[in-house]
Amino acid sequence: MSRLSQERKMAASTWLVRAAFLRSRGKLSHLRTLPNAFKALRLSSSSSDAGAGRHQDKPRYPGISNSYFTEKLEFDDPDDGEAIPVYRVMDRNGKVFDEAHDPKLSKETLQDMYKKMTLLNTMDRILYESQRQGRISFYMTNYGEEGTHFGSAAGLLPEDVVLGQYREAGVLLWRGFTLDQCMNQCYANQFDLGKGRQMPVHYGSKDLNFVTISSTLATQMPQASGYGYALKRAGTGNCVICYFGEGAASEGDAHAAFNFAATLDAPVIFFCRNNGYAISTPTSDQYRGDGIAGRGRGYGMKAIRVDGNDVFAVYNVTKAAREIAVNQSKPVMVEAMTYRIGHHSTSDDSSVYRSLKEVNYWDKEDHPIGRLRQYMESKNWWDNELEEEWKRDARQQVMAAFAKAEKALKPPVKDMFTDVYDTLPSRLEKQYHECVDHIAKYPHEYPTELYAQDK
Amino acid sequence: MNLFQSLTNAMDTILDSDPTAGKDRVFNTPLSEQGIVGFGIGMAAAGATAIAEIQFADYIFPAFDQLVNEGAKFRYRSGNLFNCGSLTVRTPCGAVGHGAHYHSQSVESFFAHVPGLKVVIPRGPIQAKGLFLSSVRDKNPVIFLEPKILYRQAVEEVPVRDYEIPLSEAEILEEGSDVTVVGWGTQVHVLRDVCKMAKDQLGVSCELIDLQTILPWDEDTIIKSVMKTGRLLIAHEAPITGGFAAEISSTVQEHCFLALEAPIQRVCGWDTPFPHIFEPFYLPDKWRCFEAMKKLTSY
Ligand SMILES: Cc1ncc(C[n+]2csc(CCOP(=O)(O)OP(=O)(O)O)c2C)c(N)n1
Repeated sequence: MSRLSQERKMAASTWLVRAAFLRSRGKLSHLRTLPNAFKALRLSSSSSDAGAGRHQDKPRYPGISNSYFTEKLEFDDPDDGEAIPVYRVMDRNGKVFDEAHDPKLSKETLQDMYKKMTLLNTMDRILYESQRQGRISFYMTNYGEEGTHFGSAAGLLPEDVVLGQYREAGVLLWRGFTLDQCMNQCYANQFDLGKGRQMPVHYGSKDLNFVTISSTLATQMPQASGYGYALKRAGTGNCVICYFGEGAASEGDAHAAFNFAATLDAPVIFFCRNNGYAISTPTSDQYRGDGIAGRGRGYGMKAIRVDGNDVFAVYNVTKAAREIAVNQSKPVMVEAMTYRIGHHSTSDDSSVYRSLKEVNYWDKEDHPIGRLRQYMESKNWWDNELEEEWKRDARQQVMAAFAKAEKALKPPVKDMFTDVYDTLPSRLEKQYHECVDHIAKYPHEYPTELYAQDK
Repeated sequence: MNLFQSLTNAMDTILDSDPTAGKDRVFNTPLSEQGIVGFGIGMAAAGATAIAEIQFADYIFPAFDQLVNEGAKFRYRSGNLFNCGSLTVRTPCGAVGHGAHYHSQSVESFFAHVPGLKVVIPRGPIQAKGLFLSSVRDKNPVIFLEPKILYRQAVEEVPVRDYEIPLSEAEILEEGSDVTVVGWGTQVHVLRDVCKMAKDQLGVSCELIDLQTILPWDEDTIIKSVMKTGRLLIAHEAPITGGFAAEISSTVQEHCFLALEAPIQRVCGWDTPFPHIFEPFYLPDKWRCFEAMKKLTSY
């Protein structure tokens, strides 16, 4: 009899089983597949324990529903047991482990995905450089996290709503946001959908169901719970995906978001991009316990950890999470493990807090784009020739959009005053007139030639 | 030293004056402003000197509750049994040219409305160190706002020795007889230019005052000056409505009604969020202040 089945037999209470089981998990690595069996055990405790008299005496406290009494003084120890595993489909060289898990996306879909991933990469390089040259004010690259963006975006419906943090440009590209739209925003020109009011990378698109980014961390998270709740009530059959970093997950808003979504059964996928750093703060200073996925249980939420550099794994997980969110009206926690290869932003120099060697490992040995490419090459869906051709094409597209956006005028000064409210209050209207009268009086002191005329 | 180095030097002064060495004195925290400030209040209540840092003043609002309902009232509500007076919260504030909504705001007036807090803002390296050392040693929680555009702008001969500049005392930078000009932080530098323009182009003599401490503020120095000049111009980057200039204006009007020669002028940010690409039109720059100066002197 295996150790495990012995333990099952002697289960006087699931608590004891759990403790013993957890103690044994470290030693018995072949038990990896057992968490589900273990969960089943735990759930059936009430009936299987019926024979043991004293366990019929169930706690009646209103604050718990599924517990039992024990006479053993034992703390729940986070160091017992295994961490939540990292689900993957491919190895680091793009080889699929189990055919059944290959999402079997078509050649066309994957070529499209690969092209958009590399297009994002090209755009990142050019915009990062342009900030260095003082042509735009700020930029944040997405290097290394492309797998999390495209895998998750492809696993959703276009009508599912995105509330993001800021490093999710790939999600927008997948939905059809154009290079022109990105560039217009980064240049804060008159075609920027956000009317030039926010820093670069603060994209938003009503048409693409992508709520405009705000710099303030984690504020979108409880909003995602509310948005999801309203979607559920509207009965559209859609969910919300809320992206956030493992750093943002420390904010008070993150806690509120999880707890609200769980208690109010909101169809929200909480998608954490765990890229190892919050600017300079490593995860070791950010949290204890089993990462972000480990928190799911505490909130009463299903949770999964996924290899974020494996675009197929992210795709499968997002699709499955979407099913739970929409069909069961429940939030789901997804923790995608990845690595931020670029600096945090153009205001950061990451060599101060991490080694080039560390960065190079992820850039060279475990890159989401590289993995996808190897998979595609193995199917003869991509080769060097296509790569070269596409590289040139992508660069041209980016440069063309870049030049166009740079040339465009900035929005009219009036746009500074509109949208503070739905209509312009009279006090603000007076301020607007004071502003334009002043500019007219001092025409040489203001760069009005760069701005479109007020209508 | 520039302002940034001056503050680092002041931090060293504080750390050197505490004999307990160790890595656990200066540390990263998880990313949570309410956590950072609440933790700081707790440490201060336990008697430790706590210096909490919020990355940008725009991100202090998750800690608003801890500051307004807790830090500010810790002493009062306990009948002075407990206090968190050894807490200082540092945070960079103000416009930088490209900060947009969330890396530009001036937050002083939110906290100026909270009895129990002190709010301090230096205009340059020398003041930064002296005011910071006073803030840390002050027996009340202090919010120390650092105009970030000044971090690396000017270099001054900052004394390496330990020195303090008293809180709640405004500083008269230039004496004058026609117009009192009040500002703080970055705006002091704008106003210095305006005073010069007023002198050169209008023949007007300005008295320039740096308020330095927003709460509790030095009304006596301002009132005394306006009694002499009869005219007052106040400028700040924060939106005009409910900004701290309103408080100064109202107080001065109460005390100097008969001495006033012209309506008090406030030149401030417009009543909009801080806008990215419109920053040149948003700020109370020297041209807008000069225009107000003309109005004041031709009334
Ligand atoms: C409320 C708030 N506090 C601080 C900041 C400054 N800030 C911007 S990004 C960032 C790090 C976020 O890290 P993480 O959530 O892990 O996301 P990543 O940048 O790694 O994608 C910080 C501290 C902010 N934007 N908002």
